[in-house]
Amino acid sequence: MIGVELVKLLRRPRTWISVVLTCALPFMVAVFIMITHLVPPPGQGSAFLSAVLQDGALYPAAALALVLPVFLPVAVAVVAGDSIAGEATTGTLRYLLVRPVGRTRLLVAKLISVTAYVLLVVLAVTFTAYATGVFLLGPSRAAAVGQAAAGGGGVAAGAGTGLAGQAPTAGQAAGGAVTSLSGAPLSLLQVTERTAGAIAFITVSMLGVAAIALFLSTITDSALGSALGALAALVASEVLVTLNAATVVQPYLPTRYWLAWVDFFRQPIFWRDIQRGFGIQAVYVVVFLAAAWANFSTKDITG
Amino acid sequence: MIITRALTKRYGAVTAVQSVDLDVREGDRYGLLGPNGSGKTTLVRMLLGLVYATSGEIEVMGQRIPRHAREVLPQIGALIEEPAAYPHLSGRANLTLLDAAGPGGGPARRTRRRRVDDALEQVGLAGVGRRPVKAYSLGMRQRLGLAAALIRRPRLLVLDEPGNGLDPRGIRDLRELITGLNETGVTIFLSSHLLAEVEQLCTRVGVLDAGRLVLQDELAALRAPTGRILVDTPDADQVAALLDGQVEHRDGQRLLVRYEDAAALNARLVGAGLRVSAIGPHQRTLEEIVLSVTGTGSDHIGGRP
Repeated sequence: MIGVELVKLLRRPRTWISVVLTCALPFMVAVFIMITHLVPPPGQGSAFLSAVLQDGALYPAAALALVLPVFLPVAVAVVAGDSIAGEATTGTLRYLLVRPVGRTRLLVAKLISVTAYVLLVVLAVTFTAYATGVFLLGPSRAAAVGQAAAGGGGVAAGAGTGLAGQAPTAGQAAGGAVTSLSGAPLSLLQVTERTAGAIAFITVSMLGVAAIALFLSTITDSALGSALGALAALVASEVLVTLNAATVVQPYLPTRYWLAWVDFFRQPIFWRDIQRGFGIQAVYVVVFLAAAWANFSTKDITG
Repeated sequence: MIITRALTKRYGAVTAVQSVDLDVREGDRYGLLGPNGSGKTTLVRMLLGLVYATSGEIEVMGQRIPRHAREVLPQIGALIEEPAAYPHLSGRANLTLLDAAGPGGGPARRTRRRRVDDALEQVGLAGVGRRPVKAYSLGMRQRLGLAAALIRRPRLLVLDEPGNGLDPRGIRDLRELITGLNETGVTIFLSSHLLAEVEQLCTRVGVLDAGRLVLQDELAALRAPTGRILVDTPDADQVAALLDGQVEHRDGQRLLVRYEDAAALNARLVGAGLRVSAIGPHQRTLEEIVLSVTGTGSDHIGGRP
């Protein structure tokens, strides 16, 4: 059943169109930056963007920061929201269930398929962005050092504490090494490790979205309704995250630690928010999957 | 093959199926009749474990549903309301995926390709199996739905409105397919609101009306001669006069006469110099039988107490 779900995912044109579109945004941004050499001032705009002219190898991180707020959650909500409701709408759900496919098994297969989709998108963005970064922006350009020098300390938009603000030339001195957000140099191996950590964190964050959408998908037969419902939950969370009056609930909001993966690029890694982020997403995943299972396994399939 | 006891399904205040005792025997071609909204689809879905009964019991092939659905369902092929398929995939890919989703690893996988080919062949889609389903006509989709019901070579076929979307040729093909499968030992349970379809195809019928099973019997028994003779004659007045008291009903030139034997009646009329254009034992049509036991359909708003 899991294999079947993966085949369905991979043979669906929508999967590839959404992957291409998600990768297209960072590519477009890179082209503009390459042509104009204009990057957002330090501390403004998307994270890492002010550093990419200096270090093309940081572009995967910048690209993830570009797609994380909207593209990624929308794509994940659509795919996860469609998973059960879409099958109910096309009528294929009842045929799967009488084949028979156990309801729990079907849910698990759907979850794995959504996870595979998240990984596919995130990895596609990472690799195309790496290629884009290296070929279009290039590793460490002399012309860009001056601009990057101003930006070394303040790139982490929304990241918060602990920026050391050292002179970025330290990174250059290390011979092509990438400068961390804290200013200290990172070797290529370290960048790779930390990018992997960021990918894992973002994937888990997206699984939180997926679990909410999957739960809604078992409630309604409308794929659109469950996708938009999950997005509405995220928008609500984003509103509350910036609202001072809502400080009490902020640590429990799904999007509260979404940007904590940026902390992987500090030297040393700043673990506190990363751990909390993993924790809160795990709670969302478990709670909503349990709710989805409880609802789906006792539901009358009338669609 | 299928037995239900006091099977009931309520959706809130609405009772969709009420205390149904279904009895489908092995080898039957069973037709479940009923107007739209009479509960046919809900009943079919309960038999397949898709909808959970409010009360009552279901036994299919001697096993309780939904508890033992896992063991029973692989031996059932089902078409539930409309067929459904992934539109961007070919008919063959759809059948292959559906089969792969089901239980049974090795043996099922080894025979999969052949079973899919056979099913496409059986429903007459062998030539278009590789075209994407979105390019299929309504009739082709219906055939594909039937093929999907056949890939596991079931012992029981549950077909909900199988004639939907088929043209006259398709209906005939369907009839031949179902009869052929039945002859090889497959039990057929089909629901329909098309009386003619059921009359030509089934050996046993059940009639559902507003959620209740109001009739269940062998078709042959239902359609047994009524002991009346139907006479078509241009001399209707004279015949009525001659057989005074025995004519139960008159409709133009057609008379319904209480008489033991058609040949004897014919001889008597001809002997009396009366012309007879047609004569024979009277049988009720399935339509008459169904209408005599059902109220107005549930679609008929305001027609129910």
